[in-house]
Amino acid sequence: MAHIRLKGISKTFGNHVALKDLDLEIADGEFFVLLGQTGAGKTTTLRLVAGLEKPTAGQIFIDGQDVGDWGAAERDVALVLQQYSLYPRYTVRENLEFPLKSPIRKSSPDEIKAQVDRVAKTLRIEHLMDRKVDRLSGGEMQRVSIGRAIVRRPRVFLMDEPLSALDAKLREALRTELKNLQVNLGATFLFVTHDQVEAMAMGDKIGVLNNGQLVQTGTPHEIYANPVNTFVARAVGSPPMNLINGQVEQGSAVTAAGQRLPFDGHDAAAGRALTFGIRPEDLYLEGGAPVAARVHDVENHGVAKIVTLRLGDSLLQATVPTQTSLKIDEEVRFSWHPEKVVLFDGASGINLRHAG
Amino acid sequence: MANLITTLDPASRAASRGWSDTTIRNVFVIPTVAFLIIFNVFPLLYSLGFSFTDFRASSKAPVNFVGFKNYINVLADPVIWRTFSTTLWYVIVSVTGQFIVGFGLALLLNRPLPFKGLLTTLLMLPMMLSPVVVGLFWKLIYDPSWGILNYALGLGPVAWLSDANLALYAVAITDIWMWSPFVMLLSLAGLSAVPKHLYEAASIDRAGKLYTFFRITLPLVAPILLIAVIFRTMEAFKTFDIAFVMTGQPAAELISSRLYKMAFQQWQTGPSSALAYIILIMVLCITNIYVKYLNKAKER
Repeated sequence: MAHIRLKGISKTFGNHVALKDLDLEIADGEFFVLLGQTGAGKTTTLRLVAGLEKPTAGQIFIDGQDVGDWGAAERDVALVLQQYSLYPRYTVRENLEFPLKSPIRKSSPDEIKAQVDRVAKTLRIEHLMDRKVDRLSGGEMQRVSIGRAIVRRPRVFLMDEPLSALDAKLREALRTELKNLQVNLGATFLFVTHDQVEAMAMGDKIGVLNNGQLVQTGTPHEIYANPVNTFVARAVGSPPMNLINGQVEQGSAVTAAGQRLPFDGHDAAAGRALTFGIRPEDLYLEGGAPVAARVHDVENHGVAKIVTLRLGDSLLQATVPTQTSLKIDEEVRFSWHPEKVVLFDGASGINLRHAG
Repeated sequence: MANLITTLDPASRAASRGWSDTTIRNVFVIPTVAFLIIFNVFPLLYSLGFSFTDFRASSKAPVNFVGFKNYINVLADPVIWRTFSTTLWYVIVSVTGQFIVGFGLALLLNRPLPFKGLLTTLLMLPMMLSPVVVGLFWKLIYDPSWGILNYALGLGPVAWLSDANLALYAVAITDIWMWSPFVMLLSLAGLSAVPKHLYEAASIDRAGKLYTFFRITLPLVAPILLIAVIFRTMEAFKTFDIAFVMTGQPAAELISSRLYKMAFQQWQTGPSSALAYIILIMVLCITNIYVKYLNKAKER
């Protein structure tokens, strides 16, 4: 098990800058999720840690040792990829045996068998052992590929969107399984995904990447409740955080369109252009509430309904209890929980609390 | 419009382009089939008929049916057996050589290299030349008194092409030089089709270079390598031009040279037809073995 540290990592491919001066620390036994859009540099970060790419600048430490000159084999990491990368033409058993049979770390046949059987049992693929991998379903292939990673107990597990090629049901099931596996093994996981639900559900810590830069690192709760800027506010959460332009006047929040909403504290914020951020669950509908809006759309998600409200030109989303009955275009009144409002600078989009 | 086209049947679709099925049949299919029948199928069957007679293309003597006598005579002829075993040894040496050199070159080329395209094209030049031309200039290279090979290797006057022990190998080397690029080309296609992420997975799994090669590369390129070997075996079995141009050494006489002499120098049309059929059957048998392996390799 291991502690990972990236220090001032940059990586360029020709003219394209994939990573810019990235600093990252992953504690021993932590489930760290790197979240970002396509092209944000997640996979590059992973490949750098794995030793499949060399950084243009910066250092990588595993357990305090600079591993810059180490190859992938010496770093003792395991990698699970979206496209599974199982060895074709071999059976599931042969695939699982592969890492144990390599000449670098030769185990005895009995040891190999015991270890492979243990992994098969953990991942519930015992009935597939003699099947050729070409004849497996997507979920089975991904299980085998996870199995191949855990069979030799590496120091670090690296996972590159391992679940994104699976259908929703299976994805949720495997998500839980992976998380359990990590807890049981007590291993360090670096997990890359573009799916913020996955990141929230699995991560002990999340790092949000944008354009090759780490925008925010923190626990899922920190990132959800207190995003460092409007980018993170929009990227994390489903539906995302509502962002309303406006300013503070005489102790209340006034939107650009002139509606007044309750506001508490923060005199420093008075008089400047602001963006108010509010999570959908912190908006509520109430007869006597201060602001009127029209119902634009209603989505029933079973556990709650997500209502899209039309307020002038802008749309806001609110979660309401399922039993609330609403008609499209109906006029409703709403308010927010003022203590949950996050303030962003109107121009730069930076969270005022983070800016100091 | 797209909808309209898909709802029409093929005939009227062709008609909409100005060609009816009948026209296509008359203009393209019938001439092709007729050509094939006249120049391939008919001679094949006609020579099968000859193989059971004492026909000589050079004489007007009446033709007699002789049954299997030609086949029995051919198979009883020690000279033919000698050329058969020479040919077999030639095929083994030449195809093995082409396989090793061709696959080796492909392995060397299958990595980022400067001027890779140019290099590949240059390496493929030999197989684009005419075999007779290749035979003739290798004859110059091998020349005992002023050939460049003996000079370059610092050997004395080694008579490559007239020495009974060397002639066959000299021809095989020429054939290897000429046809290794073919094996290289197919191998290169196979090698570049191996997904890169498998190699990455293997390096993560701490597999060594050799281990990766035998466990990942080889099984994945095996089918295409087999195809290359099938083609080269069939061709090597038929080798005529290179050998014929290069050497008259009886110890290096290949089966097709023997056939040529029987058919067009001695005018034994009947027996030579029988020999041709025996060769055909042998080549079919050998390729069949390969095809079986190929199917197995693909299934795995």
